[in-house]
Amino acid sequence: MILTYIEVRNGKVKKSSLETLSEARRAAAAMGVAAEAVLVGYALDGALAEVRSSGAAKIHLLESPELADYSSQGYALALEGLVKETAPAAVFFPATAMGRDLAPRLSARLGVSLASDCTAISVSSGRLAFTRPIYAGKALLAVTLPASPAIATLRPNVFPLEPETSVEAEIIRKTVAIPAGAVKGKVVEVLGESGAAIDVAEAEIVVSGGRAMKGPEGFTLLGELAAVLPRAAVGASRTAVDSGWIGHSHQVGQTGKTVSPNIYFAFGISGAIQHLAGMSSSKVIVAVNKDPEAPMFKVADYGIVADLFQVVPALVAAIKALGA
Amino acid sequence: MNVLVFVKRVPDTESRIRIDREAKSVVEEGLNFIISPYDEYAIEEALRLREAKGGKVVVASLGPVETLATLRKALAMGADEAVLIKDDRKETYDPLRVARVLAAFARNRQADADLLLFGRMSVGSDNAAVPSMVAEILGLPQANVVTRLEIEGATATAQREIESALEKISFSLPAVVSAQKGLNEPRYETLKGIMAAKKKTIPVLTLSDLGLPEEASVPQVEVMNIELPAAKQAGKILAGTPEEAARELVRLLRTEAKAL
Ligand SMILES: Cc1cc2nc3c(=O)[nH]c(=O)nc-3n(C[C@H](O)[C@H](O)[C@H](O)COP(=O)(O)OP(=O)(O)OC[C@H]3O[C@@H](n4cnc5c(N)ncnc54)[C@H](O)[C@@H]3O)c2cc1C
Ligand SMILES: Nc1ncnc2c1ncn2[C@@H]1O[C@H](COP(=O)(O)O)[C@@H](O)[C@H]1O
Repeated sequence: MILTYIEVRNGKVKKSSLETLSEARRAAAAMGVAAEAVLVGYALDGALAEVRSSGAAKIHLLESPELADYSSQGYALALEGLVKETAPAAVFFPATAMGRDLAPRLSARLGVSLASDCTAISVSSGRLAFTRPIYAGKALLAVTLPASPAIATLRPNVFPLEPETSVEAEIIRKTVAIPAGAVKGKVVEVLGESGAAIDVAEAEIVVSGGRAMKGPEGFTLLGELAAVLPRAAVGASRTAVDSGWIGHSHQVGQTGKTVSPNIYFAFGISGAIQHLAGMSSSKVIVAVNKDPEAPMFKVADYGIVADLFQVVPALVAAIKALGA
Repeated sequence: MNVLVFVKRVPDTESRIRIDREAKSVVEEGLNFIISPYDEYAIEEALRLREAKGGKVVVASLGPVETLATLRKALAMGADEAVLIKDDRKETYDPLRVARVLAAFARNRQADADLLLFGRMSVGSDNAAVPSMVAEILGLPQANVVTRLEIEGATATAQREIESALEKISFSLPAVVSAQKGLNEPRYETLKGIMAAKKKTIPVLTLSDLGLPEEASVPQVEVMNIELPAAKQAGKILAGTPEEAARELVRLLRTEAKAL
C-alpha cells in the first residue's frame, strides 16, 4: 500500500496533496497495491468531504484536540502509529512547508531515509524510483530507498491531478493519544493568512520581475498583469527583493521559493543559475528582456526582445481583449 | 547560552556540474567549495545570541579533510570552537546518515548545547531534511526555515515562512532551528578574526570516536544514476511591435501551449 499525507490548512485540503495522492494512485497501480490517504488534526470532517472520492481506497483520520495546531512532534507521532499498524511500502507527502517539515521527522522516527522534493516517480521491477533535482536543478538524481517504507516529498504543481472517482473511500477514524511532554513545540499563530493572496509556490501563473523593474511601482504594474490572469501571483528575483521593492516571500530561486506554474513570465530577469533553480521546472516559460543575449532566453519557450514597460501594458490589454 | 552550529562544505552555487562516467556521482575536480549559504545565517544568528546572552559558539561539520578550510572561515567570523567529523565518503545524498552522525556528536560531545542551529537546506544535495531528523533523533522540538528567532530563558519563539503566510512556533529549549534568508545579514570575516582563527586548532574526530560503528553510517539511499537535465529546445522569439508581440504571445499561450 502507498499512503499519502493529506495536508489540511484552515480546515481545507491543499491542492498539492491531491496531486500527491494522484501520483500515489499511479505508482500504486503500477505496483499492484492500494493507495490510501491519511489526515491528521482535529475536527477533520470538512476536509474529509473534499477527499472522499479522490481515489484512495481507505482514508485514515488521526484526530486529537492536541493535534488541532500543527506540531512536527505530535503529527510524526500520530503517523508513526499508523505506519506501524498498516506497514505501507511508501509514504508520500506534498513538498510544501508542512510536508518538508514533517516528512524527515517521520523518517528519522522510523529509522528510514527519504527523497526530498521529487519531480518524477517510476516503478521498475516492483521497486519505486525517485527522481529529484540536485545542485539547484543543474543535475537530476534518481534513487531507490531500500528500507521500508520509502518516504518522499513531491514537488507541488508537477504531478498531474487524476480525476475524481465515483468510488467512496472507506473511512477509518482513530483518536490519537499524545503522551504528556511528547510535544515540546507547536504552531501558536499564523500571521497574514489571507484567502485572497496566492503564494507564488501555489500559483498557476507566476508573473516575475527583476532588477529592470526599477522600483516598487514596477511591481504594481506586474500586479495589474497578475490581476487579469487566472490564479496568478507576482514573483521576483533576489535583486528586486534585496532592493526592497517587494517582500521576500515573493522571491523565486535558490534562496527563495521553488515554483513550477503552468506559465512563468520573467520580465527583466537575466536568468542567473540561482534564479533558474527556482523556476526551471515551470511548464511554459516566457522571457521578456531588452538584451537578446540574456540567458533567460535559453530556457524560455517564448521570448520577446523589448522594453518590458511597453510589453506589460500591451499584455494586459491583449488579455482583457480576450474576455471582451 | 551555548549554541552548536552545523555547517556543510558545498560546491559554489555558480559551479558548472559535471557527472562522472558511471553516472553515479558529481566530478569534484575543478569545483570551488564554500560554506552552504544558509549555514552562514545560522553562524550569524549564533554569534548574535552569544553577544546578547554570553556562552559559546561551537561550529561542527561532517566532511572530508578539506572541510577544515570551511570551518576556519566560521572561526574567522567569530565562532569560539570548530570541530571536524572526518568522513571520507563522497556525497551520499542520504540525509539520515548525516543526521545520525550529527546527532551522535551533539549527544556525546556537546550535551550542554542549548540550541542547535542549521541552514534550512544544504545547497547541492538540496535535502532540507537533516535538521528535522537530528531533532527527532535527539527528541528535541524544531523550527525550520526560520526568519525570526526570539529567546526568553528556556523558551523560544520563531517565525517561519509557509505558503501565503508566516507561522509562529513556540518551543522549549534545547531545540533545533534551521535558518532562512531574512533571519539576519551574515557578517564578513575581519582581518583580526582571520588571524585569530589561524591560531586555533580544529579537533578532528572520526565516526568511531563518536561511538558509531562503520555500518551505522552506510547510506540508505541507493543512487541509480545522476544525469544532466535534458537541454531545452530554443524557444520562439516573437517579432513586431510590443503590441503585436504581446497579442501573438497571448494567442500562442492559448492555442499552442494550451496554458491560458
Ligand atoms: C548563493 C546565492 C543565492 C542566490 N539566490 C538567488 C535567488 O534565490 N533568486 C534570484 O533571483 N537570484 C539569486 N541570486 C542572485 C543571482 O545570482 C542574480 O544576481 C540575480 O538573479 C539577478 O537578478 P536580476 O535578473 O533581476 O538582475 P540582472 O541580472 O541585473 O538582470 C536584469 C535584466 O533586466 C534586463 N532589462 C533591463 N531593463 C529592461 C527593460 N526595461 N526591459 C526588459 N529587460 C530589461 C537586462 O537586460 C538584464 O537581463 C543568488 C546568488 C547567490 C550567490
Ligand atoms: N555534512 C554535514 N555537516 C554538517 N552539517 C550538515 C551536513 N549536512 C547537512 N548539514 C546541516 O543540515 C542543514 C540542512 O542540510 P540538508 O538536509 O542536507 O539540506 C545544512 O544547512 C547544515 O546546517
